Amino acid sequence: MLDSPPIIAISSLVKKFGRFAALRGVSVEFAGGRLYAILGDNGAGKTTLLRALAGLVHPTRGSIQIFGTTDLRAICHELGYMAHPSLLYDEMSGMENLRYFAGLYGISDDQGCAAAMAAVDLDPSLTRLVAQYSQGMRQRLSLARALLNDPKILLLDEPFSNVDVRSAGAMVVLLARMRTAGKTIFVVTHQASLLAGVADEFIWMEGGQITRRTRELQPLESK
Amino acid sequence: MMPNAATKSSGAIAGVTWATLAKDLRLECRSKDAINSMLFFSLLVVVVFSFSFDPNAEESRQIAGGLVWVAFLFAAVVALNQTWARELRNQVLDAYRVSPAPANSLFLAKALGNFVFVAVLELLMTPLFVMFYKLRPLGPAWQLIPIAALGTWAIVVNGTFFAAMSLRTRSREIMLPLLLFPVSIPALLAMVNATTAILTGEMSAKFWIVLLSTYDVVFTIACLLLFELVLNAE
Repeated sequence: MLDSPPIIAISSLVKKFGRFAALRGVSVEFAGGRLYAILGDNGAGKTTLLRALAGLVHPTRGSIQIFGTTDLRAICHELGYMAHPSLLYDEMSGMENLRYFAGLYGISDDQGCAAAMAAVDLDPSLTRLVAQYSQGMRQRLSLARALLNDPKILLLDEPFSNVDVRSAGAMVVLLARMRTAGKTIFVVTHQASLLAGVADEFIWMEGGQITRRTRELQPLESK
Repeated sequence: MMPNAATKSSGAIAGVTWATLAKDLRLECRSKDAINSMLFFSLLVVVVFSFSFDPNAEESRQIAGGLVWVAFLFAAVVALNQTWARELRNQVLDAYRVSPAPANSLFLAKALGNFVFVAVLELLMTPLFVMFYKLRPLGPAWQLIPIAALGTWAIVVNGTFFAAMSLRTRSREIMLPLLLFPVSIPALLAMVNATTAILTGEMSAKFWIVLLSTYDVVFTIACLLLFELVLNAE
């Protein structure tokens, strides 16, 4: 399924939590500039795979190579990660949150934070605390946080959960635009239909393994 | 929007430390979680002990050093638990871990933040201790300032480290004192003896101040060296 050289190569990746194996020997390569939808039932290993790519969980066995290195700390500034929880401080406003997280990447530019908020259709002048945001607004702010450092690889865990249809549609358009601009995007989702016609590949996971990779969603839904 | 390549330069470390410290102070100013719990706890200690004992001025000088520092140590545990609990809500700590920001910046910011919280507590509580126990130092009172600073740092530097260590344990509120108190015994001994020496004026506090300084240097270095392991532990 690769038309261009891979930027990510995962080899025999095993991740165990105690006696439970969340990933069981995943070997896969991903080309750059594509949008991958990772699908599967709960407990299939989707989130663990994403966290392993983000460097948040260490492989029990096997390796992950990104941009030719297995030292994921060395390329962490090229990654943007959005988790299922918001990864935001509820007691601060949206801009305060983004300013702080931008600082972690050495970015002190307020305009960049405002642009990231505007990109997800949030008003940068909103002074309301994140605790008072709706779930959908939190999700969008969480995506804005992941975009702050202009990453080459975006890892998004359930970005559309609790987001209304219009906002989810707008997020999909934004993701498609970023993919066209050359970013590699991984989206873990249970709402695969939102990405039909947009995702370059659908990766199906089951029992900690990748079971299928297809370019179309349709045949898999009848599975 | 591209990040600076020299993110780990000392300037960047200082920048991230300051940003994290400012964020923690802002969050505390808004919620007042830590300071309120510490104040309430210390106030209880002062009042309960003053009703339990009725020491004369001389007896007060002998016991006040221990009483003050034990009260501050126990109260600090409340703040230490709060600092990291904040990072667990919404798993915000993961956002820090995926960023190129150095682990030690987070540790230093947390330790400095806790230092500020405990120092504020000490400033507010000291007049009450003086009033309730009729304290008047017979030794060089100015030496109480370095003792307070060094003693507070000794509590918060280890406390911040062990609170991070117990972050992923099931009963972290119990785990923190279990880890912190035994390690703090040499520092506590130095703080109490130095304070008592100044209050009674019977001996010099210099030995204890040197011991406390050495303790601070050793444990600050050890915590800085080990913190990255603690932060990235699963």
